[in-house]
Amino acid sequence: MLRLYDTELRSRLLLGTARYPSPSILTEAVKASGTQIVTVSLRRESGGERAGQGFWSIIRDLGAHVLPNTAGCHSVKEAVTTAHMGREVFGTSWVKLEVIGEDETLQPDVFGLVEAARILCKDGFEVFPYTTEDLIVAERLLEAGCRVLMPWGSPIGSGRGLNNLFGLKALRARFPEVPLVVDAGIGIPSHAAQALELGFDAVLINTAVSQARDPAGMAGAFAQAVAAGRAAYEAGPMEPRDLAVPSTPVIGKAFLG
Amino acid sequence: MRILVNGASREIGAADLGGALEELGYGGAVVATAINGEFVPAAERQAARLADGDRIEVLAPMQGG
Repeated sequence: MLRLYDTELRSRLLLGTARYPSPSILTEAVKASGTQIVTVSLRRESGGERAGQGFWSIIRDLGAHVLPNTAGCHSVKEAVTTAHMGREVFGTSWVKLEVIGEDETLQPDVFGLVEAARILCKDGFEVFPYTTEDLIVAERLLEAGCRVLMPWGSPIGSGRGLNNLFGLKALRARFPEVPLVVDAGIGIPSHAAQALELGFDAVLINTAVSQARDPAGMAGAFAQAVAAGRAAYEAGPMEPRDLAVPSTPVIGKAFLG
Repeated sequence: MRILVNGASREIGAADLGGALEELGYGGAVVATAINGEFVPAAERQAARLADGDRIEVLAPMQGG
């Protein structure tokens, strides 16, 4: 079982709700993924259209835990205010904390991230920080009160998989007890399997599913990859070697030359 | 008075945030609010007085990754 803060979860796949072709396809994809956590955001609501109200009703019907994000926030103040607004609307103290530092890569501003995390943790939030694989930033986030870390695989929406394997492995090894969720950059199920095989506790996926030709089909594929990756991690993968090692015993081989 | 609601200029008669939300069509909606960048919890909206030129943000659940 995966435990994030005080919530126990069977599924190790967290799913974003953005960029699906339609609300019904979103619902199908969530069901096919088996996810128990969906991410959501807050945006301006029009008093005439009230589009957010319909979306919220769809999300509530899914029965999943809701993880509100602070996507698009570039400053500590913006992120903290958005977190407060999300806590009230969604009725949860969970927040996926994003403080974006740069628009080309959407790389987190890790200095602002640590500062915002400190403020929010003190205020009773359970913070899921979207961060890099940097070990010292991770340490500071834990000191600030975070009990989950969400390192990026590669830039948001890029689908490039795990960009810095060495750094991610080092992060896993340095914090063996901290739940680590690879967030962002996962493009295909094998990327997700790889993250789980390395011992990461879960993955958060959005674009790879919502922009697939068949989002529900892809959600199901990711669910299988995540389950396979975790099973492989628990079974203890072999160590790679540089040279061949015969798998068939040499002893007892007939001399036929 | 004239205020900015989600970036658009609006003329309203209400003097507080709660009244303004009713007047602007948000009655009963699940929304979070801010005045001039400061979060205003739902319980404090009736007491939150508005002034000419205030910037109001009214946010609702939306798709997110």
